[in-house]
Amino acid sequence: MTVLNVSDLEVYYETETGPAQAVDGVSFSIEEGENLGIVGESGCGKTTLAKAIIGILPDAGYINNGSIEFKGEDLTELSEKQRRRYKWEEISMIAQSAMNALDPVYTIREQIVEAIETHRPGTGRVEANEIVQEMFELVGLDQKRADEYPHQFSGGMRQRAMIAMALALEPSLVLADEPTTALDVIMQDQILKRIGQIQKEINSSMMVITHDVSVVAETCDRVVVMYAGQIAEEGPVEEIFGKPYHPYTMGLKRAFPNIRESDQNLLSISGYPPELIDPPSGCRFAERCPLATEKCREIEPEAHYNNGLRSYCHYADAIDDGFRARADDPATWADTEAARAIRTMKEGTMMEGND
Amino acid sequence: MSLNDPVDDETLLEVRDLQKHFKVDEGLISSLLRAMTGSESDYVHAVDGVTFDLKRGETLGLAGESGCGKTTTGMSLVKLHEATDGSIRFRGTDLTDANEEEMVQFRQNAQMIFQDPFESLNPRMTVYDTIAEPLRIHDIRNETARVRRALEFAELQPPDQYFDQYPHELSGGQRQRVAIARALVLDPDFIVADEPVSMLDVSLRAGVLSLMERMTEEFDLSVVYISHDLSLLRHMCDRLAIMYMGKIVEKGPTEDVIEHPQHPYTRSLINAVPVPDPGVGRERVELAGEVGDAIDVPSGCRFHGRCSEYIGDICETEDPPLEAKADFDGSQKVACHLYEPAEGVDSTRVDDVTDTTAPDDSAASAND
Repeated sequence: MTVLNVSDLEVYYETETGPAQAVDGVSFSIEEGENLGIVGESGCGKTTLAKAIIGILPDAGYINNGSIEFKGEDLTELSEKQRRRYKWEEISMIAQSAMNALDPVYTIREQIVEAIETHRPGTGRVEANEIVQEMFELVGLDQKRADEYPHQFSGGMRQRAMIAMALALEPSLVLADEPTTALDVIMQDQILKRIGQIQKEINSSMMVITHDVSVVAETCDRVVVMYAGQIAEEGPVEEIFGKPYHPYTMGLKRAFPNIRESDQNLLSISGYPPELIDPPSGCRFAERCPLATEKCREIEPEAHYNNGLRSYCHYADAIDDGFRARADDPATWADTEAARAIRTMKEGTMMEGND
Repeated sequence: MSLNDPVDDETLLEVRDLQKHFKVDEGLISSLLRAMTGSESDYVHAVDGVTFDLKRGETLGLAGESGCGKTTTGMSLVKLHEATDGSIRFRGTDLTDANEEEMVQFRQNAQMIFQDPFESLNPRMTVYDTIAEPLRIHDIRNETARVRRALEFAELQPPDQYFDQYPHELSGGQRQRVAIARALVLDPDFIVADEPVSMLDVSLRAGVLSLMERMTEEFDLSVVYISHDLSLLRHMCDRLAIMYMGKIVEKGPTEDVIEHPQHPYTRSLINAVPVPDPGVGRERVELAGEVGDAIDVPSGCRFHGRCSEYIGDICETEDPPLEAKADFDGSQKVACHLYEPAEGVDSTRVDDVTDTTAPDDSAASAND
């Protein structure tokens, strides 16, 4: 069963100079029990996407076009009041910073009980407390500490309390926005493992938003790679990390050191993502792409399908292992418009210096 | 010898039994009660006996969980914290009894790069003033030329364009580059970099890391990198020291420590690192619990409560010394009772030849 089906979604932010197209024509779906990873650099629209799905866009943000179907019902058609029914009970969110997401003046127990009572008005105190107990056990927190305040918890414990809260109502879809970014490796490992266990138990689907490709590689079934508000590539995790067809995916993959490799060349993709207020007409990655041609700068790429991957690149069908090997070499990435622009700028100053 | 004369292959920094304890804040009543009962006040043992050497041009990684004392160690190394005990010798001069002139020289030679470039730069200062400030403090001429060169090195090109900009006008990556330029403008020999890229976006990290690699090489710098990210440390460092609760538990060449970790804690730490390759399954042994109490420090080996290789009373009663061991081939030193100390502990090892303050004592106590 399809839990979530996002189709041609456009989310814009009102700014002084016109609307910023933070999410621009994004389509994907999540099946029951499936984990979908959303990766990309800051500002690519991944958090905006999650906020639009759960319905907590800031005032300046609005859905310009497209639909978000949750179990067959289009959430964008619903009124604020009708939507509230879905929030937390059907779709919940584990926020990036548990420090700010928990209320400092209530104990952890009070906060979870309140969430349960608000969404399930019939639930009695005793039952609600039982759920708290059960959830604390699942996330590996000592129940005796449920009556403490957030500041008495360490960062890892707070993040686990946050997970307990997000899962207390057994939602069908959990949106996890950088769930472990603020934590160290040991805590990250514990938490990812817990989320996986609980998810299996309540059979929920999850959307994991992160910039850390290794977290996605280990927790997700499928991955959406986003760039400048659009999907660059989407498909099964093995294919995305094994044989990608989009140059951006290849660059992103090599931007992180891997603990299993000794001498590795890290890639840096020169340049920055384009402005989203007036984005370029062609492929948005063209300026930073070693494969870019005139065509890329003018025509927006269509989806190309290879080995279960959906890749938005004009040359996806021509990409082979030869290019993938070349893409591992930082020198390849020195031959992009953005990299050349930086070099020209440097040469310019050197000449001035010689004067 | 002056602090400014470089010598090839010299040991730049000798850290011996470094300790930093913080007094726990207490209220009026508890301090009165304590005065009446005569009990001692509580201390957080953030760093509790750290010993290592750093050669010229060498990069050392300090790794460990949050709260293991790695940042406090780093800050004590550049004298942002005054150590409680132990000694730091820089080019042979003991910094604890250095005179004012020597301290000024040291401060010029030792710089720190912080985790968060949003907080480490003064929002009211332009890029030019930020970088020129250390030059003014140390009364160094050719200000403009030096600032320009530092910015060029940090790949902020063309430099004059950045002179009048304020931090809020720059991206995270550019800010961290300004912080690096400021650290380099005094032409230091020693840098402590505390999680230098963890606040930066993915696509910017590789650029800043390769800048730091170039910086180490071109300036022949000795760098201490502090991070919990072992993938990053493997990429950047010649040697690694793994810290747990204020102590180093394993130390040696990066390849040995990562490929053949010996201390049970190092193994769990490496095991917890996710791998960006869905094809590679990793063994997931969860390290239970959290770091122990840094005020009332566990007796014996501080890791004994979480250790999967616990071998008995000795783990709870005797603090294992960090020493070379006989039971494995790697050249790292390990603080763990699982292994027998190497014969004639260590004086023949290539790694850390000078790093043998108390090998005889430790070997003797282990043989008791």
